[in-house]
Amino acid sequence: MSITIKDVEHVANLARLELSDEEKGQFTEQLNAILKYAEKLNSLDTENVEPTSHVLPITNVTREDITHESLPIEKVLLNAPDEEDGQIKVPAVLE
Amino acid sequence: MSEATQYETVVGLEVHVELHTNSKIFCGCSTAFGAPPNTHTCPVCLGHPGVLPVLNKQAVEYAMKAAMALNCTIADVSKFDRKNYFYPDSPKAYQISQFDQPIGEHGWIDIEVNGVTKRIGITRLHLEEDAGKLTHVDGGYASLVDFNRVGTPLVEIVSEPDIRTPEEAKAYLEKLKAIMLYCEVSDVKMEEGSLRCDANISLRPYGQEKLGTRAELKNMNSFRGVQRGLEYEQWRQAEVLDGGNKVVQETRRWDEAQGKTISMRGKEESHDYRYFPDPDLVRLYIDEEWKERVKASIPELPDARKARYTSDYGLPSYDADVITASKKMADFFEASLSYTKDAKAVSNWIMGDLLGYLNSNSLELSDVKITGQGLGEMIGLLEKGTISSKIAKTVFKEMLESGKLPQQIVEEQGLVQISDEGAIIAIVDKIIEANPQSVEDFRAGKEKAIGFLVGQIMKETKGKANPAMVNKMLLERLQQA
Repeated sequence: MSITIKDVEHVANLARLELSDEEKGQFTEQLNAILKYAEKLNSLDTENVEPTSHVLPITNVTREDITHESLPIEKVLLNAPDEEDGQIKVPAVLE
Repeated sequence: MSEATQYETVVGLEVHVELHTNSKIFCGCSTAFGAPPNTHTCPVCLGHPGVLPVLNKQAVEYAMKAAMALNCTIADVSKFDRKNYFYPDSPKAYQISQFDQPIGEHGWIDIEVNGVTKRIGITRLHLEEDAGKLTHVDGGYASLVDFNRVGTPLVEIVSEPDIRTPEEAKAYLEKLKAIMLYCEVSDVKMEEGSLRCDANISLRPYGQEKLGTRAELKNMNSFRGVQRGLEYEQWRQAEVLDGGNKVVQETRRWDEAQGKTISMRGKEESHDYRYFPDPDLVRLYIDEEWKERVKASIPELPDARKARYTSDYGLPSYDADVITASKKMADFFEASLSYTKDAKAVSNWIMGDLLGYLNSNSLELSDVKITGQGLGEMIGLLEKGTISSKIAKTVFKEMLESGKLPQQIVEEQGLVQISDEGAIIAIVDKIIEANPQSVEDFRAGKEKAIGFLVGQIMKETKGKANPAMVNKMLLERLQQA
């Protein structure tokens, strides 16, 4: 499996990143190197190994359905680029 | 709109139902509806760096309960995945959902359309978190974000493409809503967004097995909207195909005001959500003991109740359907039966006066004060002749508003029916004396005149005179002289 410039453009678009042609070439190379490294795993025999979705040997971590105090609205809005009436104001995203 | 006759319509529905837990799915913020914007948020649901989600056990159990009620097989092992996308309603830029190990799979529900029962398959039911709410302002140049809803637990219920008509789609949604209400996992208020529905619809020539190209419909905000949106889209796609063109696979928005679906341009890139297991959430093992415990909490469901109402009480299928569509109504029906044996009378009052009042005032049963005991006892008073059916309507209305029991209303307002022979004769005589012209008309053969006289007697007694006795005695008196 090898990554092409097209794949990089696709992933960059999904991540809303604007890349120069130079960067696209650079990332194609780097991503290929990373994948090639990960490919080493294919040499292992995983025939009888269950797929791992989590590395910790624990399951069923849950909490009871109890409410806690929320963050004061002033703190909520500290990270907002702009606000109006307690709401976070962002450029419109047209559907 | 012409009927699409040469094409078969194929519909699958994706329904999101908010689970009514007290707190959010991965943090302790309240899920209460209607709070001031962003006051039910914290670092976890706002997606601040370094925070850890912890799964709400109640949300899992509600999802299991819903899945079981939809006849799904419950997973032995389930897990959560990240669905990645950028949109201002999602502060983490991913939604925690379930990809390949949903809570439930392979279920079904039965629906009834025009007296025919049909089984609709449920592909899967999975648990996920809700997104925030966007309001567009400044002429569309800016949006305001309220994150209160972010993290509210949702189940997404995906149907098989087994639905063939817009009516079936509506019946499916109504049944789904009833089941969710019976299970008490959601309050299912479409106007508050606690049930939302998207639809996939395609057409194919009758006899063809391969599915046609589908459109995804969004923004249908009521069951009626879903039906109308599908009716429009069915017609539109038939027109496209009849014109020798191809249906484009796209997302379309139902515009209620314009009564049509509109293509949502700008979402051209194919969905590429890059799902992967959420490393912050460990796997969920659901053992038999846990499944059994949740299963035991599922009450009798609408289909079972309906069958009981038609067989045990002899209710018509339609009436039983209407009454069991809401658990509260069915419970009310059964509560009444502790006070009267006449199930048909109870059903008739529900189907007539009660639903008439609720529908014309856009109210729910929980908005009025009448109790099952009140209705049951009122039917008892009618049977005994203590009140007339006319008075019963007055008592019924008073019960809706005050919740008082019928005996008290009758006593307070002096509504007891006059059934004393002497008292009625006295009033009959008084009215005959006061209306000589009508009496003459009647004797001259104008039978209608008797109606006027009965009306006068009822007016005199404020409707309390026993109507059968009034008719009998008035006729006797008129024929005597």
